[in-house]
Amino acid sequence: MIFSFQLLFEAIVFGILLGCFYAAVSIGLSLAFGLLDVPHVAHPAVLVLGAYCTYLLGSYGWDPILAGLALMPLFFLFGVAMYRFYYETFEKRGTDAGVRGLAFFFGVAFIIEVGLILAFGVDQRLVEADYIGKSFTFGEMRVPLRMLLAFGIALALAAALTLYLSKTFTGRAIKAVAQDEGALRLMGADPVRIKQWAFGIATGVTALAGALLIIIGPVEPMTDRIYIGRTFCVVVLAGLGSMTGTLAAGLILGISESIVLMHFGASWAPAVAFGLLLVVLGIRPQGLFGR
Amino acid sequence: MKSLKRRSFLVAGALAIAFGVSAPVAQAQQPIKIGHSMALTGTLGGGGKGALIGLQLWVEDVNAKGGLLGRKVELITYDDQSSPATTPGIYTKLLDVDKVDLLIAPYATVPTAPLMPLVKQRGKLLMGNFSFQVNSKVGHDMWFNNAAWNVAASWSDNFFAIGKKFDAKTVAFLVADQEFAQNLARGAKEIAGKLGLKTVYEQNYPPTTVDFSSMIRAIRAAQPDIVYVMSYPNDSVAIVRSVNEIGVGPSVKLIGGGMVGLHFAPVMESLGSMLNGWVNYHLYAPEKTMDFPGVKGFLERYSKKAIEAKVDPLGYYLPPFNYAIGQMLEQAITATKSLDDKVLAKYLREHEMKTIVGNIRYGPDGEWAKARVIMVQFRGVADKNVEQFRQPGKQVIVEPAEYKTGEVLPFDKARK
Amino acid sequence: MRSRVVPFWIGAAATVVLAGILSLGGANEYFYFAGYVVLQFVVLATAWNILGGYAGYVNFGTAAFFGIGAYTSVVLFKSLGAPLLVQMAAAAAVTGLLGFGTGLLTLRLRGIFYSIATVAVIFIAETLMINWRYVGGAAGLQLLRPSPMVPFETYTRMLFFVMAVLAVIAVSIARYIEISWIGRGLRALRDSEEAAECSGVPTLRLKLLACTVSGALMGMAGAPLPMYLSFLEPASSFSLNYSVVALAGAIIGGTANWIGPVLGAILLASMQQIVTVTISSEMNVLVVGVMLVVFVVAAPDGILGLIRKLRRPRAAPGSTS
Repeated sequence: MIFSFQLLFEAIVFGILLGCFYAAVSIGLSLAFGLLDVPHVAHPAVLVLGAYCTYLLGSYGWDPILAGLALMPLFFLFGVAMYRFYYETFEKRGTDAGVRGLAFFFGVAFIIEVGLILAFGVDQRLVEADYIGKSFTFGEMRVPLRMLLAFGIALALAAALTLYLSKTFTGRAIKAVAQDEGALRLMGADPVRIKQWAFGIATGVTALAGALLIIIGPVEPMTDRIYIGRTFCVVVLAGLGSMTGTLAAGLILGISESIVLMHFGASWAPAVAFGLLLVVLGIRPQGLFGR
Repeated sequence: MKSLKRRSFLVAGALAIAFGVSAPVAQAQQPIKIGHSMALTGTLGGGGKGALIGLQLWVEDVNAKGGLLGRKVELITYDDQSSPATTPGIYTKLLDVDKVDLLIAPYATVPTAPLMPLVKQRGKLLMGNFSFQVNSKVGHDMWFNNAAWNVAASWSDNFFAIGKKFDAKTVAFLVADQEFAQNLARGAKEIAGKLGLKTVYEQNYPPTTVDFSSMIRAIRAAQPDIVYVMSYPNDSVAIVRSVNEIGVGPSVKLIGGGMVGLHFAPVMESLGSMLNGWVNYHLYAPEKTMDFPGVKGFLERYSKKAIEAKVDPLGYYLPPFNYAIGQMLEQAITATKSLDDKVLAKYLREHEMKTIVGNIRYGPDGEWAKARVIMVQFRGVADKNVEQFRQPGKQVIVEPAEYKTGEVLPFDKARK
Repeated sequence: MRSRVVPFWIGAAATVVLAGILSLGGANEYFYFAGYVVLQFVVLATAWNILGGYAGYVNFGTAAFFGIGAYTSVVLFKSLGAPLLVQMAAAAAVTGLLGFGTGLLTLRLRGIFYSIATVAVIFIAETLMINWRYVGGAAGLQLLRPSPMVPFETYTRMLFFVMAVLAVIAVSIARYIEISWIGRGLRALRDSEEAAECSGVPTLRLKLLACTVSGALMGMAGAPLPMYLSFLEPASSFSLNYSVVALAGAIIGGTANWIGPVLGAILLASMQQIVTVTISSEMNVLVVGVMLVVFVVAAPDGILGLIRKLRRPRAAPGSTS
């Protein structure tokens, strides 16, 4: 393998851009699983669903980012409905339901995946936009514009969500629900409604993340499988419940993947996320910033 | 009541006679079933759909002439989604459930690879469809490929000959980790070694890779003269886009070589001017040196059907060669008056086939005895225009000399 | 309990004999091709249930053990030309060890963490095989299988019989675990791991045993795959589909008893085969997903649970069942 500092520098820059993207893609899961303890294995599938909806709107001429923003309210409602269903069927009934809740989301993920195959076929899908295909030249390096855009939006998303959770009333209620549901109930707030709202936000955010996914590269229905590793790696590495942690964890994953790609080759890159996940679970399961 | 009884008696009698008489006739009226799978979706789908139309045109033509051996021909097709996981099941179904008489291979090496042991063990003739060296390990003696290449040299010699024109000393290999690309790469690296070219970069990537920017960057850092890419349609598109986005460096004079997919019209249309300068293999281009008898007429008829079906309207790659598969089967069946795999295989091995893509003679490995792989360079391609490719000059044939229609330009000059 | 033992062994022997007769008989070749897959899922669902149903650890990593079993076979076949039974024994050893190892690594984790860790094992196993040229890397390997053993006409029929015998073995093992002290311990730790620990149940040892046995059986189910297809490549061998169908088969059938996975797998896999032949192969995955969700939501105890509910009339107040 060739080694040069230029190449290493480029790999790190690319890793940072990629890492922020991974953070944006995982932030919904951080909320749903990290804060609300919902075993949301279907999150990557919802992400790919968001990407395909963006593609659909794109075929009518919509700009992908606008499409993503427009899809957010729809996905919010979808998330609320999903949580409500999950709560009524599983969470209410106690611990054994945890196993079945997991199986339920697994089933949902598969249904979404197959639904996409039936609706769109197995072919890869792309979106076209003015900023896709161009690049910025920084000295010797050419950085693709689509990566910079994803990076920017991801940062904005992470910042917005962190602010929301710490500064607004509902945001703090969500954090409270995660900490101590009983106490919250005693204070007169309805934890189920708050969780519903939070899950809706998590799903809405994932719609925009899905738009970023298809901007970054082509998607196909089975793309959700590799993202199981990436999103859960980020969420677990961050530590459950930490939003800023998600950004840091995303960066770590992005840079690691980029360096492995440069040094060991493309055939090892898919294992980085899963490998890192196992390492974190083995050594420090509460993650970097966990509660 | 009485009339009903009489009527039903008559009907029963008629049926009995009909069955009695039709029993021997039924055999003759049974259609000849030819079974295959085709990549209608997945990475190869852009080409597979057109290929199917090529085959269907042949079925139409032969049935219009009365069929084969007095029987109609029926084509049974399944979508294999470009995946080698589906083909063993599909071909087992074709043989045991659909009970087909003859088999045609799926389009391309990767879906075909799993079938070679199966057809060898069941003693079935398999008409190949654009696979590369897929029979090299199994050595089935009833395999006949329709594509105009044979061994690795038939492909890579021409590509490296172009490199020599640029006085190239170094080469980079970007190879998909699948059967086709690996077969091609094995041969190519040997030839590169014999020519004294130094390999400065080598990367095998998993077929599901979607982002090539890191690899392109690494290639740029290695500063090769030649970049030999061996990829399937999805990756070919991603690689062309990536090079367009971040550039491959001023050292590269020649890039391309083994990229499947840059022949499908939808791909050519969507990549547009990004294709300029790329040199790639081909088997047919609408240039005057390749006007075989019958091919222009076929392409016109094909185009009409393809436009209706909203599929590749040009059909310069697979469709004529798929029609040729039909023609070869037709010749063999008509001459031997048999559907037996061994008999047909013997005929195909010993005779020259006349098809719209030229005359074909087979070597002992089931590949063309004389290869005819050309290298084309994309030049002056504009964006979002598929009809431009009907004009000569967009895919300039640069090698070998007997089909050449223009001189090759170095990559960055051709991009302007 | 005693009165149930003899009928079980009679049933098991009868199944083997029936399978033997079928495989020597004259059904359409495709029947054996599809039947092999159904029997394979019976083994996978039964094996899954040992850890998933009895112990409550939802293992998503079935595909890892299945795939490694297949690759073990390939390595033995390619290097030594080993016969099928040797391949299967080797696969059991390797995947049993893998089960033990993953158990050590992951069993400290609970709930979803455990499940995600098992998914990670699949991808890591797949990546290792992709990077190993000897077994073909991502491109895969073509294999010429030897001639079938004497009484069988074709290799597929032989594999059908072998898989049927393996299914009977797997079910016997699962049943033994279920009715023995091992099963009692696993059920205790499924209900409450802390309580079980406090009562002196050797939870870690039991979990590791379940992991090892489960893994070994899954590996044995995967071992004949390369011979079945004459070809092996990583993407389809490690497909998550194997994990989902094994899990769904057990949950749909009912996880409490050894019959559950058998019923569920036969129902699910047969439906899949029929749908694949008549409609399309995508629909068959949809069938699995929908049935899984429906059963998990509406009939959490599976078919067995439904049967039990139908059999038992409304219990009189104050009586226990």
